[in-house]
Amino acid sequence: MKDGLRTPVAGSAASPPLLLRGLRKAFADVQAVDGLDLEVAPGECFGLLGPNGAGKTTTIEICEGLTDPDHGTVELLGLNWTTGANQLRQRIGIQLQETQFPEKLTVEETLRLFRSFFRHGVSVDESIRTAQLEEKRGSRVGGLSGGQKQRLAMACALVGDPELLFLDEPTTGLDPQARRHLWDLVDQLKLAGRTIILTTHYMEEAERLCDRVAIMDHGRVIALGTPKQLIATVGGEDIVEFAVTHSEPGAQHSVRGVVNPAQLMAIPGVQSHRVDAALHQLSVSELHTTVPRIFAALAAEGLHLSEFRTHSATLEDVFVRLTGRNLRDE
Amino acid sequence: MNKLEFSSLYQLTMARFRLLFREPEALFWIFIFPILLAAGLGIAFRNRPADVLPVAATTPQLTQALAADKGLNAATMDAPTGTHSLATGSILLLAIQQPGGVAYQYDDTNPDARTARLIADRAVQAAGGQREAVHAQNQLIHETGSRYIDFVIPGLLGMNLMGSAIWGLGFAIVEARQKKLLKRLVASPMPRWQYLASFLLSRLLMLVIEVVAFLGFAGLVFGVPFRGSLWQLAFLCVLTSMAFSALGLLISSRAKTMEAASGLMNLVMLPMWILSGVFFSASRFPAVLQPFVRALPLTAANEAFRANMLQGTSLSHLAAPVAILLAWLIVPFALALRIFRWR
Repeated sequence: MKDGLRTPVAGSAASPPLLLRGLRKAFADVQAVDGLDLEVAPGECFGLLGPNGAGKTTTIEICEGLTDPDHGTVELLGLNWTTGANQLRQRIGIQLQETQFPEKLTVEETLRLFRSFFRHGVSVDESIRTAQLEEKRGSRVGGLSGGQKQRLAMACALVGDPELLFLDEPTTGLDPQARRHLWDLVDQLKLAGRTIILTTHYMEEAERLCDRVAIMDHGRVIALGTPKQLIATVGGEDIVEFAVTHSEPGAQHSVRGVVNPAQLMAIPGVQSHRVDAALHQLSVSELHTTVPRIFAALAAEGLHLSEFRTHSATLEDVFVRLTGRNLRDE
Repeated sequence: MNKLEFSSLYQLTMARFRLLFREPEALFWIFIFPILLAAGLGIAFRNRPADVLPVAATTPQLTQALAADKGLNAATMDAPTGTHSLATGSILLLAIQQPGGVAYQYDDTNPDARTARLIADRAVQAAGGQREAVHAQNQLIHETGSRYIDFVIPGLLGMNLMGSAIWGLGFAIVEARQKKLLKRLVASPMPRWQYLASFLLSRLLMLVIEVVAFLGFAGLVFGVPFRGSLWQLAFLCVLTSMAFSALGLLISSRAKTMEAASGLMNLVMLPMWILSGVFFSASRFPAVLQPFVRALPLTAANEAFRANMLQGTSLSHLAAPVAILLAWLIVPFALALRIFRWR
């Protein structure tokens, strides 16, 4: 792994790696990106998180100079695509969604090809080592697994020793093991101090990898911050979900119970409450003392729990709180 | 690690080569198929000794008179049998003895039957005592260059160059677009012109192997003549291949799927297979069509190849076909660069 960035080129030292102002892009009648402002700091791993169709890919492709925005400005490393395209292409690394490299070239041949496009960069051997493809260097691309293909795409993005790296849905379609493997690779790149911008619709991926996350929906940023900050906006560290039945003496069958929200909110430690299809969701702090109080309150009402579970609050809960929808409902 | 290693044009061209040589089907269509086709046509249309024509006569004397000519194979049969044999094609002509003369029954739309009529009448007249008014003597010539195989080899060369250029470029480019590889490449610092140039370069190198193998086979096995300058022939091959590459580039400049591309390729190539004089002369088409037929790149290429190989015509007398090919190189290439879709 090569350490650190190249010496910053004059003029870009003070500029943020990425600066977006008032970005808009429409396709036919769909407003894919609808007024976007973002700034990414050097050495940061920045995540664009959102459901499919939120505008993540359009945003990242505008940043990569592949799509022209209708409005707004894009600045990368102090340069823009109108006047600095050639220089920018040399200084950024790109991994696109669903690129299929020629199946009959080998890993090494593919990397040599991509390496030849860059004036400066790491050696082919080094990029193979970084992507942990040593055993596959002589294999044809067609024979690689999904995870290996994705690591090859990553290696192709790294051969130019980029100052800024774009990863568009790097783990979509991979099995859990291949996904963790790729996360380790991104960790290494972060340690080496590279600025990384990635899109994903996996909240756990964004939480695990990103220093800061922008949650996108319908072409807008609806929340921005570190994963911790965002999760804190949910109001508690843990989420309690339950459903109840009301059992009256002599009733033929139990019916769905009715809970008074005000009563729940009155329990110390409960921060918020919402109901979704008869499933109650509470965000709570201090799970160990709050849960017994919830049990007690429900029992006092003559309600029985038919479902009960808790989990630590995630970015998913942030998205649900902000939009009322689940990330993967789309 | 030398300098070439870091040249993107070299790496792109090498990638083209590797991909082609790792595709056995492509190699078959480019190298083996044209040779098989030439071999098949060469065997089917080989020059045979002049045919002996089967005829019949109604009397033995008449049969004897006919049999005196080596060009006829005569039999004796009565009139009804003879008429039946005529109808089934087992004889070409029936000579019927009549009072005061001979009547010939034959089909005047059949060239062989007309020939039989001429030979039969000559034999009958000679048997009747007719003498030549002018003494004539036959000098037989079987010259290379006038056989069907000599005609068809330059045509197959043109057809082959068209196919390998259009298919080779078209499919590779559309596949790269479909698999989003084109998009990935333009997202890298690769100079775009080099991607297209790598196709032309690899085409040029393939051309050498392709043309040498095909024409070498035609020359060695069939003795097809090479009467013109070989350098000029090489120039014509390069020009033809580049013109069809430009056309292939134009065809593939926007197509998004292989199906769309292969439909377009057939649409472009099919008229030329038929009209451009590959298997028979383009001059057979009616005069109204001629300006259109002449303007097709394959017609121009075939005409130039035949003039060079069969007549030894030099380039300076081939200005018209060369100009047509140049136009087909420049216009589609300029157009393709303008409308090419990278994603």
